Amino acid sequence: MADTGVVETLLRLIEKVDDGVDSLEVAASLGVDHQVIVGAVKSLQALGDIISAELRSSKHWELTEEGTEIAEQGSHEARVFSSIPLEGLAQSELMKLSFGKIGFSKAMSNKWIRVDKSHEGGPRIFKTVESIDDQVREKLLLVKKANTAQLEEKEKNELKKRKLLSEVTVKSYWISKGISFSTTITKQETELTPEMVANGSWKEKKFKPYNFEAMGVAPDCGHLHPLMKVRTQFRQIFLEMGFTEMPTNNFIESSFWNFDSLFQPQQHPARDQHDTFFLSDPALAHEFPQDYLERVKKVHSEGGFGSQGYKYDWKIEEAQKNILRTHTTAVSARMLYKLAQQKFTPVKYFSIDRVFRNETLDATHLAEFHQIEGVVADYGLTLGDLMGILHQFFTKLGITKLRFKPAYNPYTEPSMEVFSYHEGLKKWVEVGNSGVFRPEMLLPMGLPEDVSVIAWGLSLERPTMIKYGINNIRELVGHKVNLQMVYDSPICRLDPNTA
Amino acid sequence: MPTVGVKRDLLFKALGRTYTDEEFDELCFEFGLELDEITSEKEIISREQGDSKASGASDTILYKIDVPANRYDLLCLEGLVRGLQVFKNTLEAPRYRRVSPSSGEPQKLVITKETAAVRPHAVAAVLRNITFTQERYDSFIELQEKLHQNICRKRSLVAIGTHDLDTISGPFTYTAKPPGDISFKPLNQTKEYTATQLMSLYKTDSHLRHYLHIIEDKPVYPVIYDSNGIVLSMPPIINGDHSKITLKTKNVFIECTATDVTKAKIVLDMMVTMFSEYCSQPFTVEEAEVVYPDGKTYKYPELAYRKEKLSSEFINRKVGINESTEKIAQLLTRMCLLSQATGVGDEIEVEIPPTRSDIIHACDIMEDAAMAYGFNNIPRTTPRTYTVANQVPGFSSACLMCCSQEDIAEKLAKKISETKAVHISNPKTAEFQVARTTLLPGLLKTIAANRKMPLPLKLFEISDVVLKDETKGRHSTFFPGRCAEIFVRGKSVGRLGVLHPDVINRFELTMPCSALEMDIEPFL
Repeated sequence: MADTGVVETLLRLIEKVDDGVDSLEVAASLGVDHQVIVGAVKSLQALGDIISAELRSSKHWELTEEGTEIAEQGSHEARVFSSIPLEGLAQSELMKLSFGKIGFSKAMSNKWIRVDKSHEGGPRIFKTVESIDDQVREKLLLVKKANTAQLEEKEKNELKKRKLLSEVTVKSYWISKGISFSTTITKQETELTPEMVANGSWKEKKFKPYNFEAMGVAPDCGHLHPLMKVRTQFRQIFLEMGFTEMPTNNFIESSFWNFDSLFQPQQHPARDQHDTFFLSDPALAHEFPQDYLERVKKVHSEGGFGSQGYKYDWKIEEAQKNILRTHTTAVSARMLYKLAQQKFTPVKYFSIDRVFRNETLDATHLAEFHQIEGVVADYGLTLGDLMGILHQFFTKLGITKLRFKPAYNPYTEPSMEVFSYHEGLKKWVEVGNSGVFRPEMLLPMGLPEDVSVIAWGLSLERPTMIKYGINNIRELVGHKVNLQMVYDSPICRLDPNTA
Repeated sequence: MPTVGVKRDLLFKALGRTYTDEEFDELCFEFGLELDEITSEKEIISREQGDSKASGASDTILYKIDVPANRYDLLCLEGLVRGLQVFKNTLEAPRYRRVSPSSGEPQKLVITKETAAVRPHAVAAVLRNITFTQERYDSFIELQEKLHQNICRKRSLVAIGTHDLDTISGPFTYTAKPPGDISFKPLNQTKEYTATQLMSLYKTDSHLRHYLHIIEDKPVYPVIYDSNGIVLSMPPIINGDHSKITLKTKNVFIECTATDVTKAKIVLDMMVTMFSEYCSQPFTVEEAEVVYPDGKTYKYPELAYRKEKLSSEFINRKVGINESTEKIAQLLTRMCLLSQATGVGDEIEVEIPPTRSDIIHACDIMEDAAMAYGFNNIPRTTPRTYTVANQVPGFSSACLMCCSQEDIAEKLAKKISETKAVHISNPKTAEFQVARTTLLPGLLKTIAANRKMPLPLKLFEISDVVLKDETKGRHSTFFPGRCAEIFVRGKSVGRLGVLHPDVINRFELTMPCSALEMDIEPFL
């Protein structure tokens, strides 16, 4: 509530007039800042129709900083004039004064001074008249006293040109009596207290009406990051489909498991410095299942298992290099190898975890992101089966219209990009990647020949960004995360009806 | 994915019909291509350099098509057209043949032992009586560039050199010499330079400077001479100006030098299969001989056709369809894999042409059959795999796993050597120097980036850190007398306390801050 003193004074002023008062004039006459009056107007408005306040905009001349200086100390030319003694002043001396340069030329054109160029000791300045009229200063003082009406438009513009005056727009209120005008204001209660109930004083009190437009106080609670909410939903879907979670808590992987075991050749661009984070410490891995490693080496360099191979010199040094894993498929490879060491049983695995790519960063790409991966290993799985399971998976996300496009991955053949129809954008958008693992990957592990392994993957960030309407991935992940967005994000329900 | 830019009207002319953009997009989808962008030269220049620079440029519509990374036969207009026409059954795939010269001996390229240390392999071939137009020439140059970027791994594995055969005379010598001893006029220059001078000259060339490192520090640089001492090229950097190809060139000598001979053969095969179309005897390539230092001679190009046998049952079983042997043979033929039923049961003999080096296993053939059938025509079935699910207990968060070295050490008043952190050798920025050993810096940086939020701010994170070994806690991170270690069943599991004001300052925060960090693995 604004200062009640001001409020009451204002009400009394309004009472006295027939029409109304201008807030700026009130402020001036009371000697307070205009904002104080504005505050009083606002609190009166909150109480009902006590006053009627109309917002007005007026233009208003004000002195600039320089103008104010001149109003106080006189114009440059006047100061020049007053600084010249009877015996005159050397021009060089005059120029040393702050107002010297500007003042000199003006004073000359006003014919207040003259220069004797041939004086000994250098050019010397003398007064030409006894006294002067500092008109500029007088005009500015008029403005200062708010008597601008006395100046002609031409004079005001002249001073504006010299940057001594500026025109400002001022907003003020025209305040008049409202329907329920009264000079007394009663305080409104906000809460009903136990004391009021006990002593009945609530009967005499006025209560402030509830503002149903206002937000309530947010209850204190913790918040989960939207990415984690979406992750929980995906996990739920996999578990419902009978998939077992893979242990993915090793972010550091050897190139062997990340690339070589997947039949990705050592000269493949993805193994470049530009795409992968290599470790300097610890730089190399040393423990590999030796027999398996030999089979991997052979299938890359010579072929075998029905394959021509890549026919290049496979190097152990490349395979030993430690990296931050570029995909969770490295974990799938480890799991499949483990599976192959015992009597084969069909499995369904999934993982949702972090991967790292040494990419150029932009609004939709970070160097770290989460990959979602599903893997099914069984006898006689077909490409049709892969499509079927993708249908089941995406249907649980509310996506039912799917199309498949032939694609290329070094470790799957066939490979398919999965597209779904986006009703909003009215076009097909890519929602994931999938494929059947190559025999060159599975057979060296020791998996039976008639076992097929199908797999698919997508990123966690993309569906989260779409679901929560986030355009810049840096606002979603990392320390630049927008905490406000985390607080505001609704519960994630990947509802089949609202995807 | 590599992108090929082709002039739309040229493409349609070669395909023998026009398409709407939607129809062509659909065709690409079926074939595993992506029509990435429809633009024009003018639009491209306008976008990259501004409208004023674009004013004289061409308005001709360009299609930018994304091609699978292992399909080197689709990297130029000629290959795309051929692939699409065979796919649509409007053309039979051509047969590529290596032929002997109509008169005289084949061109010879002799490799000396000096190359062994720097770039040991070479292959070569001749395109006889070829006719270039401006468009064919542009395509010829462009394909070399695409192959260089792609299979040649930016020229480090293979480098292609093409020469006007009528300006040079064999036998050619491929050797390696100290840079000071190599001197020639390189392509588009007006005077001679030594190789040493060229290394400096090209340091500022926006295109060539990326390849200098391949040979720069070697004691000898590769160089190819003709019998008169004219330099054909200094691989992998630049060709000589003397033998450059023009629109008037009728006979082309192609040489590919390499560190990987398998890839060199594939690259040579690609160049000649694509452009022998324009020879007076289309799809014939004149042989060349390459002699190695040990005296062994090889004839190139190989242009090998490989045969593989498989059963239609295999295809049907893997894809999940049920087609006859003849039908499957037809499907494969549409993918440039000429196939026939052998008559022995359901056996099919598939012939893999030299343009399909991507076919290395029967599963590649199976995919092509599925593509020709149409992925979206395959019935979707449900695997009957019965499994019971299991979860891995754990938690995750959204703070980044990587950070700067400073974040886990100096800012927390610790020495980096004591943190047992895992270091990354090729970070692009300081933010990826190490994998985090503690969760605290991530949280403090999040607070610093969200200063506008009203207080109090309480953040939590339950997640993984990466440690080489056990980290020993140092208490200098906390304010003396206001911190404690947490013990569970006699074992230390973490620390809590008021952060030391110095730590707060280093993370650019101003308010007092308390923190708790605990290892929850003992509880799982």
